[in-house]
Amino acid sequence: MATQHSRAAARLMISPAVILLLCWMLVPLGMTLYFSFLRYNLLMPGTESWNGWTNYYYFLTDPSFTDAIINTLLLVGGVLAITVVGGVLFALLLDQPMWGQGLIRVLVIAPFFVMPTVSALVWKNMFMNPVNGIFAHLANALGVAPLDFFARIPLASIIWIVSWQWLPFATLILLTSLQSLDQEQLEAAEMDGANWLRRFRFVMIPHLARPVTVVILIQTIFLLSIFAEILVTTNGGPGTATTNLTYLIYVQSLLQFDVGAGSAGGVIAIILANIVAIFLMRMIGKNLDA
Amino acid sequence: MAREVSKRRKAITTAAAGCVGFLMFFPILWIAILSLKSEGDAIRGPLEILSSNWTLESYGAVQERSNYLKHFTNSVAISFGSTFLGMLVAIPAAWAMAFVPGRRTKDVLMWMLSTKMLPPVGVLIPLYLIFRDTGLLDTRTGLVLVMMLINLPIMVWMLYTYFKEVPGEILEAARMDGATLRKELFYVLTPMALPGMASTVLLVIILAWNEAFWTLNLTAVKAAPLTAFIASYSSPEGLFYAKLSAASIVAIAPILLLGWISQKQLVRGLTFGAVK
Amino acid sequence: MGFKRALIGAGIVVSGSVAGSLAEELTIATVNNSDMIIMQKLSSHWEAETGHTLNWSVLEENVLRQRVTTDIATKGGAFDIITIGAYEAPIWGAQGWLNSLDDFGDSYDYDDIFETVRNGLSADGALYAVPFYAESSFTFYRKDIFEAAGIELGDEQMTYDEFKDIVAMVHDPDNGVYGTCQRGKAGWGENMAFVGPLVNAFGGRWFDLDWNPQLTSEAWVNALNYYVDLMHSYGPPGASANGHNENRALFADGKCATWVDATSAAGYIFNPNESSVADKTDFTQAPKQVTDKGTGWFWAWALAVPASSTKVDASKSFLAWATSKEYVELVGESEGWVAAPPGTRKSTYANANYMSAAPFAETVQNSILAANPADATLEPVPYTGVQFVAIPEFQGIGNYVGQQVAAALANQQTVMEALENSQAFAEREMRKAGYIQ
Repeated sequence: MATQHSRAAARLMISPAVILLLCWMLVPLGMTLYFSFLRYNLLMPGTESWNGWTNYYYFLTDPSFTDAIINTLLLVGGVLAITVVGGVLFALLLDQPMWGQGLIRVLVIAPFFVMPTVSALVWKNMFMNPVNGIFAHLANALGVAPLDFFARIPLASIIWIVSWQWLPFATLILLTSLQSLDQEQLEAAEMDGANWLRRFRFVMIPHLARPVTVVILIQTIFLLSIFAEILVTTNGGPGTATTNLTYLIYVQSLLQFDVGAGSAGGVIAIILANIVAIFLMRMIGKNLDA
Repeated sequence: MAREVSKRRKAITTAAAGCVGFLMFFPILWIAILSLKSEGDAIRGPLEILSSNWTLESYGAVQERSNYLKHFTNSVAISFGSTFLGMLVAIPAAWAMAFVPGRRTKDVLMWMLSTKMLPPVGVLIPLYLIFRDTGLLDTRTGLVLVMMLINLPIMVWMLYTYFKEVPGEILEAARMDGATLRKELFYVLTPMALPGMASTVLLVIILAWNEAFWTLNLTAVKAAPLTAFIASYSSPEGLFYAKLSAASIVAIAPILLLGWISQKQLVRGLTFGAVK
Repeated sequence: MGFKRALIGAGIVVSGSVAGSLAEELTIATVNNSDMIIMQKLSSHWEAETGHTLNWSVLEENVLRQRVTTDIATKGGAFDIITIGAYEAPIWGAQGWLNSLDDFGDSYDYDDIFETVRNGLSADGALYAVPFYAESSFTFYRKDIFEAAGIELGDEQMTYDEFKDIVAMVHDPDNGVYGTCQRGKAGWGENMAFVGPLVNAFGGRWFDLDWNPQLTSEAWVNALNYYVDLMHSYGPPGASANGHNENRALFADGKCATWVDATSAAGYIFNPNESSVADKTDFTQAPKQVTDKGTGWFWAWALAVPASSTKVDASKSFLAWATSKEYVELVGESEGWVAAPPGTRKSTYANANYMSAAPFAETVQNSILAANPADATLEPVPYTGVQFVAIPEFQGIGNYVGQQVAAALANQQTVMEALENSQAFAEREMRKAGYIQ
């Protein structure tokens, strides 16, 4: 149906976005790529020189690198698991008839509007602090020793904080999807004698597959570069227990100001992120075309 | 035939959902309570906190120390400005992708999304140098540009999925009636995609408001938004729970209110093409 | 905006002679500790006097350090006045990133500033930052608890072994008093500020004369084992998350019997409005072990003007005001003498008001005068600094080692593992930076 004319128009309309993003990609990314081959420490001006693959060698053999990869995967995977499972449960619950649904929905989505820095500060100080936090007060009231969250279970604590922020997002998308589910289909299944569990298994789950992939895709994009929550709570520690790839690059380029190594890390992170992206796109592309 | 739901069952679901809602909201409620207490009371046990005196002194202290209004104006300017500018660029692009798809359309879309995976910490130094040379450091203009660029992929993608849902027959009918491209865009497409556009705008404003890396690192004073305001209240000396709570409340309140007021629009469109 | 600023700049040049008296708008970056918040509050006096205005960027310490370093190293010019420490000042001064500050005139009285402090903020004989307050470290202890346990401290500097014996005697967690509180939060300015002087006392050093890291040497192993054992046996729960601020709150709340930390915290601990132990606290030197060299650290928060600032004169005028004798008096009179910025000027310690309000003043003065960054280790070293090493690479290495030590304290690894990781990391960094082959 598209004519030659509309094709040209389309190209014209699409070009500002493409050009802008190309600039955004090419200029900083090009500079990053260039810097990654330089010996370039901001704190030692005048020593810039061609460095070959040395920065990559140092970044890839960094003792924290493997930890960072594992932590990144655990962080993304952990948050996805909690938000998807929790989101499905919340959505099923909120889909039921009830009084004051609007108010309850307002309460549930609230965490999504909170700045990551604020939510990390609040959880760290007011909740997980082993002396003055609410959890410590509760533990003392129950007569057990308060848990020192960021020393004992640092990564789990961060996963928890991030999940709190993203659970509303997953719930909302899944709820919208559930509400669009054909009631007749459900009732037909009910008439056929399918109990709730079977209806959930054979009608709802297939229907939710699509929104779940969307949730996974969008969240992964944001979760791969989680940073503020780690900076505020643990600074990547203790040891390297909460250092993810983004934080490792931060340490290199903005704490040690080794721009060369930081850039090499950035390039590696982009490559890895794109591998994940291609994998996700395959999965979601199939789902979105259907 | 609508199913009859017993009052009892409805009461149980209401109670369960109410609990869930309360628990999710509790951290925000708690800082709202702490912000109305004195510093000395704010570190006590929960029951003692609830029974202690209420005071506005923390808000007073925050107001005295920081220029809240300036940070607030900057946050508004940056998040609304970048969203508006981004929509101007994203709408045509998404329209073209949805209605005149080429062989490469999917790839272009995927490529756009992949630019979002650029770790900001890795490109700060290059960007800082560019900003220094173009005089964009500590300007709202600079931040509007950056926030627009980092959210553009999301905007294009969301709009694309909404436009895809508009039935092609309607557009064809409009064309048969001799509608020009512009008429088609304004009178047929826009009204149909309005909910989707509204929810895109809202989501992107929220994302821009809460972004804390670029906004903190590319500003000093003049363009510093609320994220920089918060950075001056995290872990100072002495007791700070009440002041931190007050600062947090005033930083998140505007966007929370916007979100609540517009939640119907936000929710209606927030499907990312996931609902058919 | 930069363009606009350039236009305004051009305007000033054109209008020539009035430039000096023009009201300027200065951007100042500072840390959110209480002394700086007082400075922000009182700065309206200076604004009223000069007609200039100040725009404040008040940030948490880590954020501030990263933000300011990015700007100054790229010559971004976002700030006219910055707050930096004794670690940055000489390094950045030597790089040519800061304006030298030797021209404030006689009324400023440079000789009134302690020599240790002036030297610590100078490079190649030029002063690059002016001190706002300075500190060493010493031991705070609860005299009521010590008395009840029958402990009497002599005039001699005690050893860390003696310190541990005392801590064991006063450790009473059932009554909510822990034997000792020390920094555990990772960071070169946090736990390593305590561990550094501890290692010095045990006879250790960061590098040998050829810049080879010495982190698995016997002194380091002994010091770290001592530290971890001390904290596990007599420290509060969650010690690996406690930095200076957290410990200060704990001590002020009466939860700790001893605490080795910054002398500048004394103003807070002895302020009855802030602390419940103001009349029960006494102090003595930080302990020694095999040597008494480098057992008390040296640190200063100072103000500096980046070379990239375009408003140098107005900025210098603010610095001269905020670090002057008159400013100390202004704080003394409006905020109470115990809150006056300590450790920088002889005149503060000659002031009868301050000396009577601050019982700790003399000990603080002695500790600062005793700290010698140029000779702080038992064995010879190629660097200066007591609790840090004044080279640009130290930040990265110090933070990494700090994380490893914190992980050992949190029982996630052994002391030996922590030190071996640290040694490997330090060797890599030093090789990468070209100090060693």
